[in-house]
Amino acid sequence: MIDKKLLKEHNLTEEEYHLIVELIGKEPNLTELGIFSLMWSEHCSYKSSKIHLKKLPVEGKDVIQGPGENAGIIDIGEGLAVVFKIESHNHPSFIEPYQGAATGVGGILRDIFTMGARPIAIMDSLRFGPLDKPKNRAIMDGVVAGIAGYGNSIGVPTVGGEVYFNDCYSLNPLVNVFCLGIAEKDKIFYAKAEGAGNPVLYVGSKTGRDGIHGATMASAEFGEDLEEKRPNVQVGDPFKEKLLLEACLEVMDQNLIVGIQDMGAAGLTCSTSEMASNSGSGIEINLDLVPQREEGMTPYEIMLSESQERMLIVAKKEKVADVQKVFAKWDLDAVIIGRVTDNGRLIVNAGGKTVVDIPVDPVVNLCPAYRRPSAVPAYLEPQSQLDPAPSIPEDFNKAMEKLLSSPTISDKEWVFRQYDHMVQTNTALLPGADASLLRIKNTNRALAVALDGNSLYAYLDPKAGGKIAVAEACRNLSCVGASPIGVTNCLNFGNPEKPEIMWQFQNVIEGITEACQAFNIPVTGGNVSFYNDTEGVSIHPTPVLGVVGRLDDVDKTTSPSFKQEGDILCLLGQNKNELGASEYLKYVHKQKRGLVPQIDLSTEKKVQELCIAAISQGLLSSAHDVSEGGLAVCLAECSFLSEQKIGFTVDLQDNIRVDALLFGESQSRICVSVRAENFEPLRKLAEEHALSLAVLGKTGGDRLVIHHKGKELLNIPVLHGYNIWKQNIPDAFRMN
Amino acid sequence: MKVRVLVSFKDSVLDPQGQAVKNALHTLGYGGVIDIRQGKVFEIELEDISVEEANRIIPEISDKVLANPIIEKFEYQIIE
Amino acid sequence: MKFGVVIFPGSNCDYDTYFVLKDVFDQETTFLWHKEHSLHDVDCVVLPGGFSYGDYLRSGAIAKFSPLMQEVKEFADKGGLVLGICNGFQVLLELELLPGAMTRNKNLKFLCQHVHLRTENTHTPFTNRARKGDVIKIPIAHFDGNYFVEPETLHTIKQNDQIIFRYSEPNGHLSERANVNGSMHNIAGLINTGGNVLGMMPHPERASEAILGSKDGRIIFESIIHWLR
Repeated sequence: MIDKKLLKEHNLTEEEYHLIVELIGKEPNLTELGIFSLMWSEHCSYKSSKIHLKKLPVEGKDVIQGPGENAGIIDIGEGLAVVFKIESHNHPSFIEPYQGAATGVGGILRDIFTMGARPIAIMDSLRFGPLDKPKNRAIMDGVVAGIAGYGNSIGVPTVGGEVYFNDCYSLNPLVNVFCLGIAEKDKIFYAKAEGAGNPVLYVGSKTGRDGIHGATMASAEFGEDLEEKRPNVQVGDPFKEKLLLEACLEVMDQNLIVGIQDMGAAGLTCSTSEMASNSGSGIEINLDLVPQREEGMTPYEIMLSESQERMLIVAKKEKVADVQKVFAKWDLDAVIIGRVTDNGRLIVNAGGKTVVDIPVDPVVNLCPAYRRPSAVPAYLEPQSQLDPAPSIPEDFNKAMEKLLSSPTISDKEWVFRQYDHMVQTNTALLPGADASLLRIKNTNRALAVALDGNSLYAYLDPKAGGKIAVAEACRNLSCVGASPIGVTNCLNFGNPEKPEIMWQFQNVIEGITEACQAFNIPVTGGNVSFYNDTEGVSIHPTPVLGVVGRLDDVDKTTSPSFKQEGDILCLLGQNKNELGASEYLKYVHKQKRGLVPQIDLSTEKKVQELCIAAISQGLLSSAHDVSEGGLAVCLAECSFLSEQKIGFTVDLQDNIRVDALLFGESQSRICVSVRAENFEPLRKLAEEHALSLAVLGKTGGDRLVIHHKGKELLNIPVLHGYNIWKQNIPDAFRMN
Repeated sequence: MKVRVLVSFKDSVLDPQGQAVKNALHTLGYGGVIDIRQGKVFEIELEDISVEEANRIIPEISDKVLANPIIEKFEYQIIE
Repeated sequence: MKFGVVIFPGSNCDYDTYFVLKDVFDQETTFLWHKEHSLHDVDCVVLPGGFSYGDYLRSGAIAKFSPLMQEVKEFADKGGLVLGICNGFQVLLELELLPGAMTRNKNLKFLCQHVHLRTENTHTPFTNRARKGDVIKIPIAHFDGNYFVEPETLHTIKQNDQIIFRYSEPNGHLSERANVNGSMHNIAGLINTGGNVLGMMPHPERASEAILGSKDGRIIFESIIHWLR
C-alpha cells in the first residue's frame, strides 16, 4: 500500500498524492506512482521555477522553436536552422565524475539530434572547488576526462567553454554542457505520437537497472548517505550513441518517421507520456517486448530505468521495414513495442496484464506549479559593503603574479587539449578566444558561441549577476565580430524550498530578462538545476548563459591575441572606480564582498556595436573583453596568446584607485589593438557611435608595462607572467 | 565452461598506467609497492567443450583478437 | 583518379577527409562501407580517424576483421596506395601492413593540439611534393599515439628509410618536449617496405584550409594527386 514512507521515497508530498488520485480517478499502483514521481519531480516538471521562467522573453522573428521541446531552434537563413541547448549534469558528476560528465554529454547530444540536427559543437561550463584539495582535483580530472571520453569518441568537437573555481563548489561541482547542431529547416523533427495505429519503436541500447530515480535524485539535497546513491550512476557508451546518431539522422533524412524522443532522464516514462501528450494522443506498449540487459526486471524498473543511448520512435505504419533496415545497417535493433492510440491514455502491459493505465495529461501537464516563499538573504547587506576598504598593495607586480595564479584566470589548456576541439573541421578559433567560432561549410557564414556566468556577482547581487552574464556573453561574441541571435540558460541554484534561494532565483531571472530585452534576443530553452546543496551548504547562485551569435562573413573576425609590435592599444568603454566582487578581492585579499560592478545596458550595447562594426571594417588587429582580473589581466592575456609573446606599454590617466584601475571588473569594456593607419578610422567610427576612445599605449617589447600618469605600476617580463599563467593548473595536477 | 584470460603488456613494453598507479600508491604511503603492471581481464563463457578443445581455441582467440602480440602477452585459466 | 574513404562504425573523420578531397582538392571521391567486398576501382584508399567499433578492445583491433579490410589488404599487397590517418594508422598496425603498435600517450591524457613534423623521406607517393627536412604544422588528436616497436624492427625501418614524419620543434630540432605522446624515435608517420602504405597520427585533413589555422597538411594530398596523375 502507498504510505507516507513510500511517498517520501518518491519525493512526493501528501497533497501531491491526493491530487494524483483525484486526477486519475483511482489510487495509483506502485508503477504508476513511480511514473508520477519522475514526471512530477522538479527536474521534469519545473514546478518551483515555471512561474518565474514565464517572464523570460521567448519571441523573435527567427525563432522556429522556443522553450518546451528538446532544444531551441533559430532560423539562420539559406534553408538552415541552428538547434541548441544547455543542460546540467551536476549531481551525477559529483557521485561519479567521469561517467556523470560523459552521460551529460551523451544526453545533450541526443537532445540535439532528436530534432534532426547534426551536432557540430559542444561547450562546457564547469565549476569546481579549489585545486589544493585532492578531492576537487579528482573531480575535475574525472569530469574533464569524461567529457573528452564521450565527445571525442562520438566525433563532436568540444570547442571551448569556461572553468571557474570557488569554495562553494567543493562538494557540489557544476557540469553544464551546451550543444549546438545544424538542421535543414524542412527536416526538423519533434516528439510527436500522431496517427492512431502507428507503431512505436524502441531503438538503441538495452534497458538495465541504471539510474533508477536519477531524475528524482537531481531533485533532492545530498546528505551523508551519498554512498548508497552510487548504484544510480549510468554508464555511457559513446560508440552506441554514434551509431544511433547516424541511424536516426538517416531515417529522418529519408522521411520515414512521424516523431522521435530520446529516453534520457525518466526514460520510457517520459518519452511515452510526453510524445502522447504533445499530440493529444495515447500510447500503448508491451514491456515484454522491450530489449532488456538484466533478468527479472519489474515493470516499475523498466519504466523508470535511465539506461543511456535509447530512443523512442513513432514510425509511419508503411515505413517500418525501411526504418528497421536503416537501423540494421548500423547494427542496431529497432523493435516494435507498441502503438499510438487515440484515447489519451498511457497503457503499459507486461506478462499478459495491464500494469499501467493512466491519462497522459495529468502526468505531463498537471503537476502543480509552486510560488515558493522568497526572502532577502541575511548575508547580503553586510557582504555587499566594502568596509573597511582593503589596503592598496605596495607591490603591484606581486599582486599581478598572484592573480595570474588564480585558477579561474590561469590558462585552461590542460582542459582543452584533452578535448578533440577540431574534429568536423569547422573550428575557426581555438579554445581560449572570447567566443568559439564555427564556420558553416558550403556557405560564407559562421556561428559564434559564448558561455558565461560569474556566480560571485550573482551571489552578491543576483539581478546584476543575471544581467552581466547575458551582457558579457554577448560582449564575448562581439569580440569575434558576431551579433547575438539566441540564448539558452542553465540556472544552477540551491534548495528552492529555502526562501533566500528562491529570492536569488527570482532576481537572477529578472536580470536575465532585462538584459535579453535590451539585446532583443529570445531565450529558446534551457534547464534549471535546483538542490545544489550538500550537507546543508548551498552553492552560489550560478546562472550560465549560452549565447549563440551569427557572423555573415567568416573572414571578418578577429581574436584576442596581439598580432604585431607597434599597434595602438585602445579601450572601448570606461574604467570606473569599482573593486567589489572582483577576482582580485577574492583571490588576493581573500574577500568575497563589495558592490557588484554597475552595468548600463544601453552603453553596453553601444560598445558591442562599435566593436562589431570595427571588426567588420577590418580595423582591429585584436579584441578582448575585460572581465575577471580587470584591465591588467586582459592586456596580459592578449600578450600570452600571441604567438611571439608580444608585450605592451600603457599609461593610464583615470583618477581612480589604482588597484581598481588595474584589476577592477567594471563592465562594458573591450580592449583592442589597431595598426597605426587604422586608428583614425576607428576614432571616427567611435565618434559615430557616440563613444569616446581612450588610447592606452602600444604593443611591443617583451614586458608587461603599465604606468599611471607616468608613474610605473606594473612591469614584469611577458615570459615570466606567461609561465605562471600557463603552468598553474598543470602544476596543481602534478602535486599528487 | 568459464575461462579467464589475462592480457598485459610484455615486460619489454613500458606500462605508463601501471607506473601512474605505482606512483600514486607511493604518495599514499605504500612505499613497499615495488612494481605494478596493469592489464585487462576477459571472462569468457563457452558452451560445454572439452578441456583440450578449450586449450586449443583460447590461445587462438587471445592471439588473434584479445591481445596484440606485438606489445601484449596473455595467460588464461579455466575457472569453471 | 578516384579516392575512397572508408567508413567503419565509429569513424568520425570520414566526412572531414571526404570534404577535403572532394571540395578542397576537387577530386572524385567515394565512401567505402566496411561491410562491402569491393573497393569500387579507387586509386587510393584513405582510412580516416575516429574510434572504429568504439576502440573498446584496442584502437583499430576490431576494424581489421571487417570484410572491406580484406580487400584493402589485397589492394595494398598489389601496390595500391593506402593512407591511414590516426585511427586509420592504428588499423594498419593491427592489420600488420605496418610494423609496431600504439600504446597510451605518455601523459595518459587525450591530446588535441598542433604539432610540428619534420619530413624525413620525400621519395614516396605521399611526400614527393615536399623537401626533406621541411617542418609542417598539423594537429594531432588521439589517446593512443605512443608508437612502440621492438629495437630490431626499429633498426630495420630506419635502414629502409621507412620513417616519414617525426615530431620536432618548429625549427626541425628533435626533442623530448616535441615528442608529446612519447613515441619511440619521435615517430609520427611510417611507410611500408613497398612504399605504398602510409600511416600517420597527425591529421592532414585538419590542416588543409587557411581558416583552420594551417594549410601544411595539403602537401600530403598534393603529393598523392601528383603521383597518381
